[in-house]
Amino acid sequence: MNAINKLRVLVLLWIVVPTLAIANTEIHLDKFPVTLEKDNASLQRGAKLFTDKCLACHSATYMRYSRLHDIGMNDAQVKKEIAVPEDGQIYSKMQSAMDANSAKLAYGVVPPDLSVIARARGADWLYTYLRTFYVDASRASGWNNTTFPNVGMPFVMSDLQGEQVLEVEKHEGHEVKKLVMKTPGSMTPAQYDSAMVDLTNYLVFMGDPGEKNRHQYGYIVLGFLLLLLALVYALKQEIWKDIK
Amino acid sequence: MSHLATKLIAWIDERFPLISTWKEHLSEYYAPRNFNFWYFFGGLALLVLVIQFVSGIFLTMNYKPDAAQAFASVEYIMRDVQGGWVLRYIHSTGASMFFVVIYLHMFRSLMYGSYRKPRELLWIIGMVIYLALMAEAFMGYLLPWGQMSYWGAQVIVNLFSSVPYIGHDLAILIRGDYVVSDSTLNRFFALHVIAVPLLLIGIVFLHIVALHAVGSNNPDGIEIKKHKDANGHPLDGIPFFPYMVVKDAVATVVFLIVFCSIIFFAPEINGYFLEANNFVPGNPMKTPEHIAPVWYFTPYYAILRAIPPLFGSQFPGVVAMGVATMIFFALPWLDRGRVKSIRYRGPIYKTFLAAFVVSFIGLGWLGLLPSTPTYTVIARVLSVVYFAFFFLMPWYTKIDKCKPEPDRVTST
Repeated sequence: MNAINKLRVLVLLWIVVPTLAIANTEIHLDKFPVTLEKDNASLQRGAKLFTDKCLACHSATYMRYSRLHDIGMNDAQVKKEIAVPEDGQIYSKMQSAMDANSAKLAYGVVPPDLSVIARARGADWLYTYLRTFYVDASRASGWNNTTFPNVGMPFVMSDLQGEQVLEVEKHEGHEVKKLVMKTPGSMTPAQYDSAMVDLTNYLVFMGDPGEKNRHQYGYIVLGFLLLLLALVYALKQEIWKDIK
Repeated sequence: MSHLATKLIAWIDERFPLISTWKEHLSEYYAPRNFNFWYFFGGLALLVLVIQFVSGIFLTMNYKPDAAQAFASVEYIMRDVQGGWVLRYIHSTGASMFFVVIYLHMFRSLMYGSYRKPRELLWIIGMVIYLALMAEAFMGYLLPWGQMSYWGAQVIVNLFSSVPYIGHDLAILIRGDYVVSDSTLNRFFALHVIAVPLLLIGIVFLHIVALHAVGSNNPDGIEIKKHKDANGHPLDGIPFFPYMVVKDAVATVVFLIVFCSIIFFAPEINGYFLEANNFVPGNPMKTPEHIAPVWYFTPYYAILRAIPPLFGSQFPGVVAMGVATMIFFALPWLDRGRVKSIRYRGPIYKTFLAAFVVSFIGLGWLGLLPSTPTYTVIARVLSVVYFAFFFLMPWYTKIDKCKPEPDRVTST
């Protein structure tokens, strides 16, 4: 394909693609309960789940273990509770145990880096996605997901949630898809949901670890500016007295 | 003033026009006394320019203009550079806030006829600043190298390739490659941090020189220079220093409160200032489902999409988009109104201006959404309204029933 044709295809794509986006059916997302947002205990449980389950295949290349200080863990706790690799330091970045090539061979795609995944996908999407895996024999991995159809990732938390299957019921002509628990896992559905709140919480934290401190600085800065406003306004009133 | 300071100033003044410059541009530069809310945005635009320069310089110290490293270097700034996150959010918020203040500044001119004689050149220089700013924002947006950066640049540069005969070569000249790539990133970086900022400093300087030569317009749209006192100072003017300086200082602090609220509490503004998809590294192999420019470009983007292609070419849309931006240059000559300010204009101009505002905001909103047949129809109607505001202007401003202008400014 020569360059002109390539460009034509690109322009065409750009015209067609937005129309295709409309054709996609909307996937319902559960609302992430934001009440736990700044809860360190939840964040720490989430961090543990993340390093236990996700870090086997996914990296979080921009995240350093030391950043867990921000959620109230000291070095000793990080080393004890979080699986820092043997050759790793507290300032190491969170690297997956699996290299990109073997991951690609195993799953068909390189598992995406999760450092900023919460900023790209949003908390609602993650919270829903983590709870909508189901057994699907037609997939190479044996798993599928209603939030991310034909996802390459096998469900690594089936030991916790259990195994769900997709049931399609017909209701007055239109189909209703429903996930039904076939084999329960070690957690009850409520416990699993709560664990996924922790994990999502952690992913959101990891997306912008500075956020917690940012709010604190914000109050100081705004407080200063409000004081300054009072002063500057008084100055303006004083100087403008002459004008009339 | 102490003896030493007086001597120092005298020493400088013998070698540099310090006191006369101070007088001409500050202490004896007279601004109309009836300035209102709408007159804050010029000064605020200058403030944002400085904010962008300073935060940009510090970002450049840690950013890597390299397709393989750019995305990671932004995250490095966000996480590992001391205070990096605040610099980055200042810069990303500043980009959007620049357009907020510039659009309000331009709208002020539309309301009070600030582009009319003798301020035509002032307006044209301002329009050049606006175009330079669009180029600056567009090229800066590629630098984080996220999916939206990459595909936004891809789409916009492809627009140039629809120009007949030279389009293909033109697009390659801009990209430095057949697709947006490392070469594109490097040249956009050079233009974003060196070429366009230099140009901006130059034309902003000219904008102020031109302003100080003709003097500011005001909400009544009348010339304060017509009535002067015995010393030759306008009766309705007040010295810029200290009066306007302290007034602008209040506006500056209020603006900074808004600015800092965004930086510290909502830097993404729900995806309007920082788009979610831009947190996925740019991938030439994977086109995002929905590509939309950042909000400040969307009115023009909606016009582009609204125009149907001709012989399979998007060129008519590109031309319409170009005309939509460039038409502002012609405003001083399109407007045949007897008065400048909306206060003394008739109902027709007011109706057209209101319709224009609705079309601009409506198109901006549509430009953010994926197009559907209904939206396309709405976008076409709004595009017609947009162009009607300009193309019918010589006619409707002439027949409009204006009220008589006052001789002196009406309120303080």
